[in-house]
Amino acid sequence: MLRYIGQRVLATVPVMAIVALFVFSLLYIAPGDPAAIIAGDQATPDDIARIRESLGLERPFLVRFGEWSWQILNGDLGTSIFTSLPVTALIAQRIEPTLSLMLVTLVLAITVAVPLGVLAAWKAGTWIDRLVMAFAVFGFSVPVFVVAYLLAYVFALELDWLPVQGYTPIANGIWPWLQHLILPSVALGLVYIALIARITRATMLEILSQDYIKTARAKGLGQRAILFLHALKNAAVPIVTVIGIGIALLIGGAVVTESVFVIPGLGRLTIDAILRRDYPVIQGIVLLFSFTYVLVNLGVDLVYTLVDPRIRY
Amino acid sequence: MAHSIDRRTVLGALGLAAFPMPALSQGASAKTLRFVPQSNLANFDPIWGTQYVVRNAAALVWDTLYGVDETLTPQRQMVESEEVSSDGLTWTFKLREGLKFHDNTPVLAKDVVQSLKRWAARDPMGLMITAIQKELAPIDDRSWKWVLSRPFPKMLLALAKNNAPCSFIMPERIAQTDPFKQVTEYIGSGPMRFVREDWVPGAKAVFTRFEGYVPRQEKASWLAGGKNMLLDRIEWVIMPDPATASAALQNGEVDWWENPISDLVPLLKRNRNIAVDIADPLGNIGSFRMNHLHPPFDNVKIRRAVLTALNQEDYMRALVGSDDALWKPLPGFFTPGTPIYTEAGGEVLKQRNIAAAKKLLAEAGYKGEPVICVVAQDQPITKSQGDITADLLKQMGMNVDFVATDWGTTGQRRAVKTPPAQGGWNMFHTWHAGADCINPSSYTAVRANGDKAWFGWPDLPEVEKGVSDWFEAKDLAGEKAAMDRLNTAALEGVVYAPTGFFLSYQAWRKNVSGIVKGPLPFFWGVSKTA
Repeated sequence: MLRYIGQRVLATVPVMAIVALFVFSLLYIAPGDPAAIIAGDQATPDDIARIRESLGLERPFLVRFGEWSWQILNGDLGTSIFTSLPVTALIAQRIEPTLSLMLVTLVLAITVAVPLGVLAAWKAGTWIDRLVMAFAVFGFSVPVFVVAYLLAYVFALELDWLPVQGYTPIANGIWPWLQHLILPSVALGLVYIALIARITRATMLEILSQDYIKTARAKGLGQRAILFLHALKNAAVPIVTVIGIGIALLIGGAVVTESVFVIPGLGRLTIDAILRRDYPVIQGIVLLFSFTYVLVNLGVDLVYTLVDPRIRY
Repeated sequence: MAHSIDRRTVLGALGLAAFPMPALSQGASAKTLRFVPQSNLANFDPIWGTQYVVRNAAALVWDTLYGVDETLTPQRQMVESEEVSSDGLTWTFKLREGLKFHDNTPVLAKDVVQSLKRWAARDPMGLMITAIQKELAPIDDRSWKWVLSRPFPKMLLALAKNNAPCSFIMPERIAQTDPFKQVTEYIGSGPMRFVREDWVPGAKAVFTRFEGYVPRQEKASWLAGGKNMLLDRIEWVIMPDPATASAALQNGEVDWWENPISDLVPLLKRNRNIAVDIADPLGNIGSFRMNHLHPPFDNVKIRRAVLTALNQEDYMRALVGSDDALWKPLPGFFTPGTPIYTEAGGEVLKQRNIAAAKKLLAEAGYKGEPVICVVAQDQPITKSQGDITADLLKQMGMNVDFVATDWGTTGQRRAVKTPPAQGGWNMFHTWHAGADCINPSSYTAVRANGDKAWFGWPDLPEVEKGVSDWFEAKDLAGEKAAMDRLNTAALEGVVYAPTGFFLSYQAWRKNVSGIVKGPLPFFWGVSKTA
């Protein structure tokens, strides 16, 4: 197992190298000029040219890529063009809100979606099943920002139960932290609840028609034991796969959610950096996200071994 | 009757209810003000980066030698006195006593001299002064002199103006930074300190009161007078989404929103806890620029044809909707309601005439060359204007190549001088703060000095003569005459196409008082009750 983990971690190195080259090249050829944004709208072309020169943006591709690669190898993601702050510091400022949002969303999605999917499969064809599936269709269909606005309207403005926006670090207390994450997590989690519930239902339906389930029933096992001990465990591999994909997708969803709820996370940092053409920040974040994707995939593969004893590495 | 659902309806619905409601306890102390600025404070060097948001934050942290008041008159600020020699060539200035930087070191003449050098390298008026400068040097700790080779009557305006870059005073060691590189230390001379450790670029900036600041005794008026801070702490909360900012203001989670979009203003006005008023009486001027270097707009007749066909009301309605209080026609280039405003030569913009425009196009020999019209879609002002222009050009019979892009790309592409087919452009849209357009001093967009001009590179000697006549003018009558000539020449040559004058709102909770209208948010004199 350890050998497998080591091999997988080592395999991330060429992946990250390809991602780095790809991202750097893409940004190099993409239109846009941070110097023009820094200089402001009233700046003259001469001003912009001087700022470009001072930022080193006129240097050849290979020189810039070589310099950046060397920095990466030394554990330095570079310095933001706009803030003059290290990219690692900017990421460190923003990582807690994003991780918090993802964690609460995932917990919410799994705890709601898996029982819903199991329930729908158990009651297949009944009004309960149809209600759950209607909810899933709703979750898939309504954009995150619409859900976000509606939640803010009802629970913040109308009922005054929760804040409209912002983030409080967990160090300030669990409730203040959670209070700012409930609405964003529900808004972001809806689509994942829908996704996981549908997959759970479909997989459970297949499992529930297997002979060993019939045997379990014939032996007099209770419904709860059949559903959660025998069926769900065997349905876990596709569910875990979808949850893994969901974690990756959450990163994208966080961009919109963080913007609407004014959460100072990595999603907003990414958008701001792209709009301003803050190349070092974009490159740093993309590398971080890529690394996260690789780790999530590795994590999912390892969880397979826990839920399915036939899988061995 | 058919009802349509448009952007405003949806925003109105999503902008959330307007009726008053109790606020969840988000209360910050009465000495802390939470402010939503117009955009992200992504950097904090007001000389290196001249975006308005940087200037606005910098005005809290750094003081200036002079400041314009609400009548646009320069008033002494850090300066105690000044003297100009009878030949107008030597200016001698003296600092007020007791001025301190935020590290509690005294503000000295050497700091001022170095700050002025850095500012002058980036500012249009500063560059003009530098061009005639013989000496800029300290005399003693509180005095310095500026010796010129010929008089510069607008010296005090240059040092007082609120257009970016303002001549903010920094410690000498910081001001020694290359003006094209960013400073990394934020030691101010103004009434508030910048709390760097609390700065989350893109999310939050924090300012706390500097106890060592010595305000003037006069009443505050814009950048002039006593900058008395009644707040201990000001938090800038960056909110990219207007609907969220609206909801946060209604819920009492923020206290003051600098620029609510006009779609949400009716909702805010209906909330009894919120006050709404015009933000800046100097407003903004919408514009699109044509590239004078390449066909078809290298031909003045074709530029005139576009101006003849233009209907400013179309543009303004697209920008501000049905609120007539927010716009007015602008037959010229300068800010209405200011002392030297002129409409001379503006007839072409007062009456749209498509037939005359088509005739001009035919006379100019337009043969259907494509017009590459670059429109930033991520800026509501440029997007709205671009849509109107595309329609206008099509009505005239021009061949429009509409390039929908973002502001970052527009910023790069507009600087490209190559022909449009090789990555250049024919037209792009923007807008100018009215505060920048009250006279030619910092109004780079109206200059027509060819290669050195702003994007589009107009080369119109008559316009430049108007500019230099204004600089040389010794009285208001002389300035007005110069402005009449300048406006006329700029319209005849079509330096750019003004699409109208428009205003915007600001909104704040009613427990906040002391907010004034102005070209930037002024925090001195602002207070808040619990």
